[in-house]
Amino acid sequence: MLNLIWLIPVFPLLGAAIQLFFGRRASNRAVNAVSVGLPGLSFVWAVGCFIQFLGLPESSHHIFLKHLYTWLPAGAFHLSNGTLANFNVNVGMQLDPLSCVMVLVVTGVGFLIHVYSTGYMAHEGGYYRFFGYLNLFMFSMLVLVLADNYLMMFVGWEGVGLCSYLLIGFYFHRKSASDAGKKAFIVNRIGDAAFLMGTMLMVVTFGSLDFHSITEAARSGQFLMGSGVITTICILLFIGATGKSAQIPLYIWLPDAMEGPTPVSALIHAATMVTAGVYMVARSNALFALSPKALALVAGIGAATAIWAASIGLVQNDIKRVLAYSTVSQLGYMFLACGVGAYTAGVFHLMTHAFFKALLFLGSGSVIHAMSGEQDMRKMGALKSKIPVTYWTMLIAAGAISGIPPLAGFFSKDEILWQSFSGPYSHPLLWTVGWVCAGMTAFYMFRLIFMTFWGESHVSHEAEHHLHESPRPMLIPLVTLAVLSAVGGFIGWPKSLTLSLFRGEWFGRFLDPVFEGNPVIPPRESALTWEYFLMALSVVTAIVGISIAYRMYVQQPELSDRMANAFSGYYKVLLHKYYIDEIYDALFVHRVKNLGNLLAAFDMGVIDGGVNGVGWTGRMLGVISSWWDKWIIDGLVNLVAFVTRLLSWPARIIQTGMVQNYAWFITLGVLIFMAYYFAPFRAFFAWLF
Amino acid sequence: MIPTEYYIYLGTALFAVGVVGVLTRRNVLIILMSIELILNAVNINLMAFSQYFKSVDGQVFAIFVITDAAAEAAVGLGLIIALFRNKETVNADEIDLLKW
Repeated sequence: MLNLIWLIPVFPLLGAAIQLFFGRRASNRAVNAVSVGLPGLSFVWAVGCFIQFLGLPESSHHIFLKHLYTWLPAGAFHLSNGTLANFNVNVGMQLDPLSCVMVLVVTGVGFLIHVYSTGYMAHEGGYYRFFGYLNLFMFSMLVLVLADNYLMMFVGWEGVGLCSYLLIGFYFHRKSASDAGKKAFIVNRIGDAAFLMGTMLMVVTFGSLDFHSITEAARSGQFLMGSGVITTICILLFIGATGKSAQIPLYIWLPDAMEGPTPVSALIHAATMVTAGVYMVARSNALFALSPKALALVAGIGAATAIWAASIGLVQNDIKRVLAYSTVSQLGYMFLACGVGAYTAGVFHLMTHAFFKALLFLGSGSVIHAMSGEQDMRKMGALKSKIPVTYWTMLIAAGAISGIPPLAGFFSKDEILWQSFSGPYSHPLLWTVGWVCAGMTAFYMFRLIFMTFWGESHVSHEAEHHLHESPRPMLIPLVTLAVLSAVGGFIGWPKSLTLSLFRGEWFGRFLDPVFEGNPVIPPRESALTWEYFLMALSVVTAIVGISIAYRMYVQQPELSDRMANAFSGYYKVLLHKYYIDEIYDALFVHRVKNLGNLLAAFDMGVIDGGVNGVGWTGRMLGVISSWWDKWIIDGLVNLVAFVTRLLSWPARIIQTGMVQNYAWFITLGVLIFMAYYFAPFRAFFAWLF
Repeated sequence: MIPTEYYIYLGTALFAVGVVGVLTRRNVLIILMSIELILNAVNINLMAFSQYFKSVDGQVFAIFVITDAAAEAAVGLGLIIALFRNKETVNADEIDLLKW
């Protein structure tokens, strides 16, 4: 199976091709068979590859490379340091522990979401189109995580961006949706440009784009710690990651991306695509290890994004927008982890987050489905007995993201907090931000749960009438993901809680080969008691957050309005998301638009004017030339004809074609002859001739 | 015995009538009839001189001319029918085909 690893992305590609070329006439059943079956096959294949990968001998250095063919045989050129390098880009697959995790998450969660979509999208138009795009997305994402070099990764990177655009704008007849799609595409483009620049800088620095060679070169010691060029590369790559993974300052597209269908939000904008940036930073760990400055930037931006987005999420009323800001915030956590050098914790949180955030989105989709399309939480309430499966699964996910032990989120979030307190590049401030943010997370998540499922019903009469639990294809993924959210964290069981009964930290030890070999920065000296204390503190914080939410939204629902009035200034700022869209509009969007208009005016006036001037000159020359032709050239020809006509006039008038005229001439001729022999005329003729 | 000149006068008159008919009448049928008049004027001349010279040559020629006139009438009428079918007219002044 490992030798045919390229089949993992090819299966969904096949599905996409079938759907997009032939799907229009297919029935929903046929679409399901192809477009759910092939990603399922891809998942099975990935599991098979994973099992084989585990069985590889120790000497393989925990990495499996499959070279398929040379894509860009660029040849030799001089690097920036003067050495000659032979530069090729291959199409190849790399399977190491990191990509194993990603592939399993992408295919597994992706498959579940495909199954869910068969229920959710059953009554929507463009069914085949939806699944075609979804399969295409799976293909791109798998190329991204299986690539063995940065350029191929970039291909997947752009592919997922395209699919994200297509799926956000799935309801393209709605202007807000198509605008959101464009916004996502354009904002991502800014990050992608930086990523591409980083890639080019790597070409001239390393003469290669293979992860393998770059990692080796970075760890070989030929670059100094804090080297300028490495820092530049890292920062450029990270800017790319901020675009794709929705970090400050490029996070603004993700909340708007909620215009897409909910399964898309779950798959692309929660579980997989947005984590591509985290994956890329973790993949480039050897480079980041050489650049403490870049790491500090990553950690700082991550922490800032985490608290920034969480604070916006506190007051949003649209169920999907709360989840969107939550996603941005959790991605901030992952970057925080990467920034403090704890890539394992970041990737671990990436995985658990994929489970519970996908579950939350799918659950919210189930709620929206039950509510006949209503997304405003103020118009929900008391749904827990109406849609119990959705309620219980979402409750598990909310507990997991809030960090309630022993659910998955507890282990991953706690690992990040602990690392930001004690890790190689940790800082107490980073921990404080993360800790506050954890409390906020618990609050807004249970605010969502309480507003939606508890309290009094604010459901409109009509929606109440149609209220129903979702069909089975939607519930099975919910339950599966709930199980994963509940137990998925155990593979990262922290050492401090093992009580020396078992080894724990399986996940960390599995990933270690990816990160070992970097310069070792000794972690801060920290006592085990601190770890227990912080762990307890974060659990208490989560419980406090939940109880505040309970008090404000269940016990005294009027309290939230009173709070909003008391702090109306802050409330308004938060509700309007810090006016960031307006600020960006004023600072960038309008400037760019004005510049565009200016350039358009220049085009119209000067460029088009020049072209039109040339055209006008040509036309005028044509007019003159045609006048010359008509009167001078044609005139000469006509003159010749006219003269000929004039001269032929005597000949022409006797040529009448009438029989009788000719008979007249004959008669006259005869008479003239006769007259010649008629005596009286003889003398006259004699005189004449 | 009628003097030969009288025959010639009659022939000349008949010939003149025929020529005027050919030149001035518009209907092709009448032109054909006028040509018959001309031919018969010639026949009268041939007869007159045949008698004057006491020779039958002239009468033989007259027989030929009559035969010829019959053939010519057949061809002429055929032509007129063909003409009418194509031009839908038998007026000579409306037909200028000889121009081409």
